[in-house]
Amino acid sequence: MEQVQISVPARGWGQTTRADAWWVQPLAVFLGLSTFIVYSTWAAFQGEHYAFGPYLSPFYSPEIFGDSTHSLLGPKPGWWPMWLPFSPAFLILWAPVGFRLTCYYYRGAYYKAFWADPPSCAVGEPRSGYLGENSFPLIVQNLHRYFLIFALLLLVFLTLDVWNALWFEDPATNSLSFGLGVGTLVLAVNVVLLGSYTLGCHSLRHLVGGGHDRISGSPLRRQTYDCVSCLNRRHMLYAWMSLVWVGFSDVYVRLCAMGIWSDLRLF
Amino acid sequence: MTSATFRIWRGNAKGGKFQDYTTEVSEGMVVLDAVHQVQAEQANDLAVRWNCKAGKCGSCSAEVNGSPKLMCMTRLSSLPLDKPVTIEPMQAFPSIRDLVTDVSWNYQVKKEIQPFSPREPDSADGTWRMEQYDVERVQEFRKCIECFLCQDVCHVLRDHRLHGEFIGPRFFVYSAALEMHPLDTVDRTTELANDHGVGYCNITKCCTKVCPEEITITDNAIIPLKERVVDKMYDPLTKLLRMFRG
Repeated sequence: MEQVQISVPARGWGQTTRADAWWVQPLAVFLGLSTFIVYSTWAAFQGEHYAFGPYLSPFYSPEIFGDSTHSLLGPKPGWWPMWLPFSPAFLILWAPVGFRLTCYYYRGAYYKAFWADPPSCAVGEPRSGYLGENSFPLIVQNLHRYFLIFALLLLVFLTLDVWNALWFEDPATNSLSFGLGVGTLVLAVNVVLLGSYTLGCHSLRHLVGGGHDRISGSPLRRQTYDCVSCLNRRHMLYAWMSLVWVGFSDVYVRLCAMGIWSDLRLF
Repeated sequence: MTSATFRIWRGNAKGGKFQDYTTEVSEGMVVLDAVHQVQAEQANDLAVRWNCKAGKCGSCSAEVNGSPKLMCMTRLSSLPLDKPVTIEPMQAFPSIRDLVTDVSWNYQVKKEIQPFSPREPDSADGTWRMEQYDVERVQEFRKCIECFLCQDVCHVLRDHRLHGEFIGPRFFVYSAALEMHPLDTVDRTTELANDHGVGYCNITKCCTKVCPEEITITDNAIIPLKERVVDKMYDPLTKLLRMFRG
């Protein structure tokens, strides 16, 4: 394509004639994501208070190795290097982190909020050079569809956690009885919100039908594409709701496990 | 009648400055009405491009209070009139004079995109059959009026001036309309990646926000194109599947 000569230089960092409070949204995204990153990193490094009765924090699910009764393969393995800190969260958190980091919605949001590229629409930028997602390092964002596979797998485990959270152990008889606690509801809402976010993924939309020019030929493909598209229209909303709720779910289980909050049994 | 002040850019390709004009405004007026009033009463030489005054020709694109908008569709009642309303030309294109920019680059870009190339007709009478559902997806893209506000707000063109490597949101919409068409046979993914710079888009969604036709540019056109590019160029599993399918 022909290069265009524009004699007026591009505006500098933050320069704009926008009259509205354009900085509010990127600032809110910056604060929201920073808070979550700090809290989730802290929670992942704790390695304790992540389970309470039948509840397991979603940051630690599935617990592949660990000391709680939810552990799938027993305690911390002997081959784990001594010098490397261990937490069951380390073994699984990379998947949801990778999924959100490469998510099309979050990409646009954090490029603005953390990298000012651009700070907001029609607002000047701090740098003139630009590579975008055309070359390394940001070309690796195209791994999103692979993280999607792990995110879908985690949804299955989190759904199983909700099922497990319906079975409470009687300390006197050690038998399990069916019940419902506030924690069960917290974990169930978490699965619904994470499901709404994950199943509205742009890559999933492409994989279930968007990549085809003719979708109507297969009724199943058409239905699935319509469902994913429906969730995709509110992808940003579900991205934030699920992020807040997954953090709250960890807080709930953690505070119950620490004895600060009491879990209310509804029946 | 109340009065309002309009801070209008006056200048050309060499430079210029904002100039204030105070004029009477009344209920129902849009920004283009105010500009015409200023032109008639105070600045007969003010250059402004317009045509339909109905949001369908895409001629009166400009930046009102810093946001790319069609002047004919921006009601004064939607703006704070206690402060001067700034009106300036689009920043992503060369200035000609005052509010008029040279958007001819866009017409050159369009010529470089491979045109619609349908499969052989389905019937002997030379007609095709397709499901409404399949073609509805691309009909959204045909609402585009080529106002180029999406091109103007896109920081790849506006701030980084990569006109030589990036075709911009308008032409990703155009490419998507062709690429996803159920009758089209051309594969444009390689040129989208290598020549048209789809990878430069970092999904800020500014183009979607300014589109007067409310086309979901990023979610329905650019991201699906990016995914098709991943299929073709980066995803080893899809490549492998394609090899088996032949």
